[in-house]
Amino acid sequence: MSARLFVIGATHQRAPLAIRERLSLNADAAAALQQEFASLPGLKEFTVLNTCNRVEFYGVATTAETTAQVTAAFCARQQFDPAEFEKIRLSLHGRDAIQHLVEVSAGLDSQMIGETEIFGQVKDAYAAAQARGATGPVLNRVFQKGFQAAKHVRTQTAITAGQVSVANVAVELALNIFGSLKAARILLLGAGDIGEKTAKAFQSRGAAALTVASRRFERAMELAQALGASAMPFDQRELRLSEFDVVVCATSAPDTVMKLAATKAAMQRRPARPLFFIDQALPRDVDPAVAEIENVFLYNLDDLAKIAEENRAAREAELAKCRAMAAEKADALWRQIAPQVEGLAARPEPASFSSQGSIPPASRNPASP
Amino acid sequence: MLDQLTDRAWLWIAAGFYLAGFAQGTIALLRNDRPSGTTTYVLIAIGYAVQLFGLGIRGRAVAGCPLGNTFEIFQFTAWSAITLYLVIGVTFRKSLLGYFTSCLTAALTLLSLSIPGWDAMQRTHIFGSNPWIELHAALAVFSYGVFALLALTSIMFLLRNYSLKAKHIGGWFSFLPSIFDLDQISVRLLGAGVTILTVSLAIISFIWMRDPSSAGATKVFAAVAVWAVSVVALGLRLRGVLLAKKFAWACVALFLGALVSLYAADNSRHPASKPKVAGREEPGPTFSRRS
Repeated sequence: MSARLFVIGATHQRAPLAIRERLSLNADAAAALQQEFASLPGLKEFTVLNTCNRVEFYGVATTAETTAQVTAAFCARQQFDPAEFEKIRLSLHGRDAIQHLVEVSAGLDSQMIGETEIFGQVKDAYAAAQARGATGPVLNRVFQKGFQAAKHVRTQTAITAGQVSVANVAVELALNIFGSLKAARILLLGAGDIGEKTAKAFQSRGAAALTVASRRFERAMELAQALGASAMPFDQRELRLSEFDVVVCATSAPDTVMKLAATKAAMQRRPARPLFFIDQALPRDVDPAVAEIENVFLYNLDDLAKIAEENRAAREAELAKCRAMAAEKADALWRQIAPQVEGLAARPEPASFSSQGSIPPASRNPASP
Repeated sequence: MLDQLTDRAWLWIAAGFYLAGFAQGTIALLRNDRPSGTTTYVLIAIGYAVQLFGLGIRGRAVAGCPLGNTFEIFQFTAWSAITLYLVIGVTFRKSLLGYFTSCLTAALTLLSLSIPGWDAMQRTHIFGSNPWIELHAALAVFSYGVFALLALTSIMFLLRNYSLKAKHIGGWFSFLPSIFDLDQISVRLLGAGVTILTVSLAIISFIWMRDPSSAGATKVFAAVAVWAVSVVALGLRLRGVLLAKKFAWACVALFLGALVSLYAADNSRHPASKPKVAGREEPGPTFSRRS
């Protein structure tokens, strides 16, 4: 009888969205499943990681049968055919499980390679399991060292460099122009989804103020209210242009709504401060000639998409280097921890988990990635 | 053994540290990595200390601020630029300012060290017994050091502006500071340079009015010309006339003009600064701590 460190689950790598929807754990299911795991006699320690792109169970089992019991309990809870699960299942043991944890934490296994949100989700899942008393000496060491390794991978490589979504690329460009968004005033032209997403990205990075203008003023008011912004009549856009630093254009107007003459006039009123146009509209909202004006920067949808694609390619180019680093860290950690894992099989006492702890946040709120 | 090292030997070592800062940055950039700001900063700081030591030996030997020939003026200008970098570089440590500074100072110091003629004429007591003339000269050359750093931030501005306009924001362009920050720091540096040069000229004007023979006309004219151009550039920038690329190019031109004016200043000799060592093609005598 030998104990094993394992990870079992399903991720976006092999499970399409329709299957992940069926496997995703809601709060009640996650709580119930964790109760069930706690009662498995061969399961010494466990942590549940549940996001929209993955459901993973990290554990330390005294027998090989225990991992099968974990799988069976999960499939039964989700009313999912075990044979079907077998086809898309992720199942790794020992050193490979550690490497997987490092790769997941570093964002190497994410749909959007190098994204950093997953690191917080893994940390939350571990913290919740620890609070429940579901982790022990093995998982504590694996997760804590795994986090260090993931940080090392992220800081020593360019895996997180450059933004890969159009909205975040726009924000990054604004940072290249203004340095900080603390004093940046944003004007959003158009009240559609694309513009809203970009406006939210600016807000999340601390933009000083957001003003919404739409050809339908009531729609501008609605969106402004939802975003905690102010609204402005659409016909004042050119007159008040000099008040803004970043203009996000996303209207469905058939012709340009930001003309060269108006931009020149605005820049005469604010000559030393740059003006950044993000034209996400099709057909374009901003006269392309404004790009020739000193201190004015214009990026359209194609420009943003091209930069996002370049960044994505650059991150992918870093993957091999990152995986090699993760493997090296996993090797070192496994060498240290393998005797401890093996030692667990010899212990007679069963695992005892607190059933009063909270449900892991990642289980409560399966957000992206 | 260190006591045996001459002033020029110390200055060679300092130049080596600046070159090392530039080399490590270049290697990092060629690998598409961000140059380590801390490493660059430390290398520059060590080079600065060593250069200060070397200039100190030279200063004691010539009994004054070592500004007696082109070699010394170039060394002092580089040292002045580094002085300012060490202050503002803390804020810009993650940008390429350290890299550009190490590049410029390595170029200035190595160039001055490798042209023997520039150090052939070594003059002692060039400022006579008047410490105010020495202060004027030191402040003037220090302001040129400020303009050197200004030229660097302006070049960085031009590169950043190009990257944003041409939509090439990846690679090492991504290590540059924002265009707004570069513009702001350039305005402050120009303001600082103008202020220091103004004080320097005020001192020499006061002395000159009392004793017109105390400073050569060419020297004063060169300094006044640099001052006038810098004041006009600052005024136009603050009035919103000289902006962005034009302002950056003007700042680069200002520094180049200041460098050219140094020749004029060097050729104009203070009556009290008759060279004690005649001009030669080889470098003049070197000084060690023992001497």
